[in-house]
Amino acid sequence: MTHELVMVEEGDDKRVDGRTPNQMRPLSCSRNVLHRAHGSARWSQGETSVLASVYGPKSGTRKGENPEKASIEVIWKPRTGQIGKTEKEYEMILKGTLQNIIILTENPNTTTSVTLQVMSDDGSLLSCGINAACAALLDAGVQLKQLAIAICCGLTNDGTVLLDPSKIEETKVRAFACFAITNSPLSALSEVTPGSDKGKSLENGIVTSITYGSMQESDFFHCLERGRAATSRISEFLRKNLKS
Amino acid sequence: MRDIDIVTDMMTSSEGESEGFAVEMEEEASRHIFPIHFYEKHLLESIRPDGRHLSHARHTTVAFGPVSTADGSALVKIGDTTMLAVIKLEVMTPFADTPDEGTIAVEFIMPPICSPLVRPGRPIEVATVISKQLSDAIKSSGMLNYKELSLVSEKAAWMAYLDIYCLNADGSLFDAADPTAEEEFIMDTVITLVLNSSGQLVSMYKPGGSVVAHISTFQDCFVLAKHRAKELMGIMNDAMQLMEED
Repeated sequence: MTHELVMVEEGDDKRVDGRTPNQMRPLSCSRNVLHRAHGSARWSQGETSVLASVYGPKSGTRKGENPEKASIEVIWKPRTGQIGKTEKEYEMILKGTLQNIIILTENPNTTTSVTLQVMSDDGSLLSCGINAACAALLDAGVQLKQLAIAICCGLTNDGTVLLDPSKIEETKVRAFACFAITNSPLSALSEVTPGSDKGKSLENGIVTSITYGSMQESDFFHCLERGRAATSRISEFLRKNLKS
Repeated sequence: MRDIDIVTDMMTSSEGESEGFAVEMEEEASRHIFPIHFYEKHLLESIRPDGRHLSHARHTTVAFGPVSTADGSALVKIGDTTMLAVIKLEVMTPFADTPDEGTIAVEFIMPPICSPLVRPGRPIEVATVISKQLSDAIKSSGMLNYKELSLVSEKAAWMAYLDIYCLNADGSLFDAADPTAEEEFIMDTVITLVLNSSGQLVSMYKPGGSVVAHISTFQDCFVLAKHRAKELMGIMNDAMQLMEED
């Protein structure tokens, strides 16, 4: 069955689920889904879905954290079973990413907890989690410098970049990368016109880059370019979602 | 034994410069009280506090076979950061889904001796994450042919335990202050991989942090990384030749 599907995919440049390489799965985001949490969001990309909640800021920081800044605590819960090495890695990546977008000097000596629960995993889990956390932070009203939008890209043997790969595609691709890219606020400052240097530098910031598998340097930049274009689409979706 | 000698040598040499002691004390104090200012002052001159240029890596040495009881071992020093890697081999029954393949289990261990941040007891998070990254990097690079580790299909295969002990953690484990240092770290994990995989990118790891990178930053990183990879390959080859001569 799977073999047939693969043949179809190679034949007419379509993917297993009928998408084109540059097409993402349908996005959905619902906020304020948990009533005890200070902020929560459920983010889905196709069949991958993550529930994120934000508690805090609570007073005090954990040992070893800088009390002059706000500290962030991330808990990543897998769908079933215990927290393993992968979850620990995701926690660390997410913490680093959030540290970049949250204004840490706003509430010094406090801890904000971000808890993620994987509801279902059909590939591109890390990017889905980062987006869920970002939406939950917005829902909680935590002050952010900018939005970080994440995207996963798969790289096939013939060098095609597949956006937002599903679980089956993830096992087949040669390499895959996950990026979190900042998306500048639609600035109220008149001097930052789109296309100007300053606007550009805000737009293109890469907060996080994680890769698996080996690839050529050019392939990496190709992935990055495609990923960056995709994140602007996702951020547009998120902004629309916030307004509704 | 040899390594302890090296460490003591370095200590005595730094103590030797007692000229201008008061000035030195003041410098030392300002370094601890205003670390960012201290670094800024140096970086303005395009030089780092230890006298290196921005793009230079620390002195690196590789020694093979320091642990005679293990099946394979290496001691790598990059500046003061010291790592001891040990391979042990065991025969096991291969997993049902990969009957003709052996496997490798990677563990990165940070004992309390390596840094004041590590306390005895539960392993710290960084160590867990590094071991995950290391095993990902080894898998990604394709440096190991798992089929070669097979002995008898479905019956027996080699299980390799790779334990890496951090003996002295002096940065480049996770000092993500600037992308070059970060890149350095990436190269650390990819030392052996780059040898086999003809300069292919195996891992580009930037787990967030306060600095956002741009495409040009990544391009610069690639240039530096390639240079460093070449340097490391040279060092590795020299060390291997030395071992063969012994």
